[in-house]
Amino acid sequence: MKRISRDHKVRNFHQAKWDEPIIFELSNEGERGILVPEAEEEIVKVVGDGVSKIPESMKREKLPNLPEINQKRVLMHYLRLSQETLGGDLNIEIGQGTCTMKYNPKINEYIARMPEMTELHPLQDESTVQGILEIIYKTDLCMREISGMDQFTFQPGGGSQAIFTMASIVRKYHREHGEENQRDEIITTVYSHPSDAAAPATKGYKVITIMPDEEGYPDYEAFKNAVSERTAAFFVANPEDTGVFNPRIKEFTDLVRKAGGLNCYDQANANGLLGVTRAKEAGFDMCFFNLHKTFSTPHGCGGPGGGALGVVKELIDYLPKPIVGFKDGKYFLNYDLDKSIGKVRLFNGVPQTVLKAYAWIMSLGAEGLYEVAKVAVLNNNYLFKKLLEHKGVDAPYIRGKQRVEQVRYTLEKLAEDTGISTEDIARRVMDFGMHYWTSHHPYYVPEPITLEPTETPSKEDLDEYIRTLHHIFDEAYENPEIIKNAPHRSTIHKIDESSFDDPEKWAPTWRVYLRKTEEE
Amino acid sequence: MKKIGLIVNPIAGMGGKVGLKGTDGTHILDKAIRLGAIPEAPAKTIKALEKLLPVRDRLLIVTCSGNMGQEEAENLGFQTKIVYKPKKTITDSNDTKLAAKKIKEEEVELLLFVGGDGTARDVYESVGNRQLVLGIPAGVKIHSPVYANTPEKAGELALLCVMGKNIAVREEEVVDIDEEAFRRDMVRTQLYGYLKVPVDKKFMQNKKAPTPLGEEATQKAIALDIVDHMEKEICYIIGPGTTTRAIMQALRLPYTLLGVDVVMNRKIMKKDASESDLLNYVNQYPSKLILTPTGGQGYLLGRGNQQISGDVIKKVGKENIIIVSTNSKIIELRGKPLLVYTGDKKVDEMLKGYYRVKVGYGMEVMYRVEGE
Repeated sequence: MKRISRDHKVRNFHQAKWDEPIIFELSNEGERGILVPEAEEEIVKVVGDGVSKIPESMKREKLPNLPEINQKRVLMHYLRLSQETLGGDLNIEIGQGTCTMKYNPKINEYIARMPEMTELHPLQDESTVQGILEIIYKTDLCMREISGMDQFTFQPGGGSQAIFTMASIVRKYHREHGEENQRDEIITTVYSHPSDAAAPATKGYKVITIMPDEEGYPDYEAFKNAVSERTAAFFVANPEDTGVFNPRIKEFTDLVRKAGGLNCYDQANANGLLGVTRAKEAGFDMCFFNLHKTFSTPHGCGGPGGGALGVVKELIDYLPKPIVGFKDGKYFLNYDLDKSIGKVRLFNGVPQTVLKAYAWIMSLGAEGLYEVAKVAVLNNNYLFKKLLEHKGVDAPYIRGKQRVEQVRYTLEKLAEDTGISTEDIARRVMDFGMHYWTSHHPYYVPEPITLEPTETPSKEDLDEYIRTLHHIFDEAYENPEIIKNAPHRSTIHKIDESSFDDPEKWAPTWRVYLRKTEEE
Repeated sequence: MKKIGLIVNPIAGMGGKVGLKGTDGTHILDKAIRLGAIPEAPAKTIKALEKLLPVRDRLLIVTCSGNMGQEEAENLGFQTKIVYKPKKTITDSNDTKLAAKKIKEEEVELLLFVGGDGTARDVYESVGNRQLVLGIPAGVKIHSPVYANTPEKAGELALLCVMGKNIAVREEEVVDIDEEAFRRDMVRTQLYGYLKVPVDKKFMQNKKAPTPLGEEATQKAIALDIVDHMEKEICYIIGPGTTTRAIMQALRLPYTLLGVDVVMNRKIMKKDASESDLLNYVNQYPSKLILTPTGGQGYLLGRGNQQISGDVIKKVGKENIIIVSTNSKIIELRGKPLLVYTGDKKVDEMLKGYYRVKVGYGMEVMYRVEGE
């Protein structure tokens, strides 16, 4: 094998490898991390022993099979695992396109961890939680300004749950209007997020998907043919994951409105639109933002996330209860929504996420949010131009025009020339302390890469990412073997993926793992 | 010892480099040779077989004498068993058919064949879809997805088969174009049948999706949607194809894969119906027509289902056409429209427009249909 060429200035990275067992395998009988003291006599007198009041039918017969490990070993375990991951704070996080992986300011984490936040209980009386209610109320006001909607709820725990909430509102709305049975279809587009089809499907809707036209816009003629008296709603992202913004969106929403359906806007791709376009003017009845994307609170495992769902005046009554109101100088939880769909999550969503989003918005102000959008679009188009300079790289649709905040590229030509697929390259990128995501399945754009730099990376960061990809594309042409066998510098090497689609090989829990391995 | 079959069509691909767009028929071959064509197939066979060298000692190649497989296999040091000897030096389609039949009798794990669409048709005629096969591409025309993308890829897949690893089996279409029309720059494909080919699971689309629905599972989902919504006293005309076959399987009815079947009230009315059978039914009953694209270019009508004539369609009505397709087939079209060619221009014109194509249970894609 040839040596790795070092002509390019790419990072000399190596991921840690600890060969760390999973935590259940570390268990030693009798070992413990903490000895919980017996309750003091005076307490026992008042509240009892804490165990005897549990009904017999609810008591465990056997101890739960939890690992028994000392504190230091637990700490080592998780630190080691953390070193074997490629955290968003460590790498130049550009590759997780559509996810808007921007910097999560640490001061906002600090604020959310203050006891004034962490010691709150959702069952406290309203009069004792005026601070957090004010923050939720004011974040709602900011979101209204950004979107043009008339009321927000922060109850959904993320984007898909917000889409599910929109689908629930759609169903309830048509029920109230006596058209629930007639309107059994929703329309979406191929490059909208899969949840825009999946969440309404869980509400029993038939899903009709619109394919792109030659320019990558949703095919308007096809759309016209799809809209009918059976249309319950239109669920769409704009820009879609190709980074192509549909400038005719108002014509689409008008058509649906005329047919009696509702328009639901998936604004997971809103980062390039802050202060530029709004859901209301585009004709939408509802929209949602992901607080953990556009509004800088961390994602998923670093989260929790938050889906901010806004609606127009006519739909406020349908929102999940409660929403936060303000009257006579006091903030209150408003349960007075007579057509409410009920609840989609306990209490009032994830208030610490709303707090972090509020802190981020207030630190930027209106001009700052607009600046975020401009820099995110600039960064994306710089990356776009530079990547397309390399042989074998392309991006379908709207030739010669700019994209919004992300691009779905294709390595189809490179794959034809070299036999190296996008998945091979995705593994090789790991060798440089970075990563990228290909696309949702199935791949409508062949050999895809989806990149979204956001406003976070500096020009130096972008240049390093571009250099690294160019270096790997060169390798594909000159030394493909090194890519085929990648990663070389990661925690684990290339794995056999053939069992990924075989349910027999899946072990979602330790118990299932034991059962399946014992059978072997 | 594992057994693999090998048939080389030694003349495959010879027409290509001299601009003849195919080598079907002896007069074309003569012309190709006069124009200086040299055999393409041997080098491509060797490229594929080289990938099997790691298991050479555990492998017996069941093949034909001379330039139909023996030479390439033995040059690389493989053990061979010769089960067919062609009578002449310049072989033809009959040799491929006879060889395939002989090799199938030897119960090989996989039959490799080297050629193009014509060769695939010959193999299909002899073994149907009862033998796992894989094409090594060497021909001028390759429209049938029974061929691997490159000879090397074919070799890699064959190796996985021999080692019993990572293999799924899929039925793929055998299509061929009319060479005469092709020489006049018209591409007309026709569906001839289905061959069973191995697929490397690694390259299957849905491997990382949260719900990995393969081709077969998708076909089942589509079939359930159709069956759940079938109406009484309506005559359903089920066109050819594996996606429409799934409907017949879901109904537990006998079917023809390449023919047209008629169903009413969940009972089979006619298997492998002719045009006059169909006219008979559509004149008697309100009818619906269920079609799936076949023939490699997204043909809904006119490629392997000519029974469904313009007259039948006029009677059924455009609004009673139900199109079903797996998503992967739609993606393969890459935005190109679905095509109809009934031979009746007025009918083709009438059929143009957007249709809802059923791609899953309760899932449809709006897609354009155009005339040829």
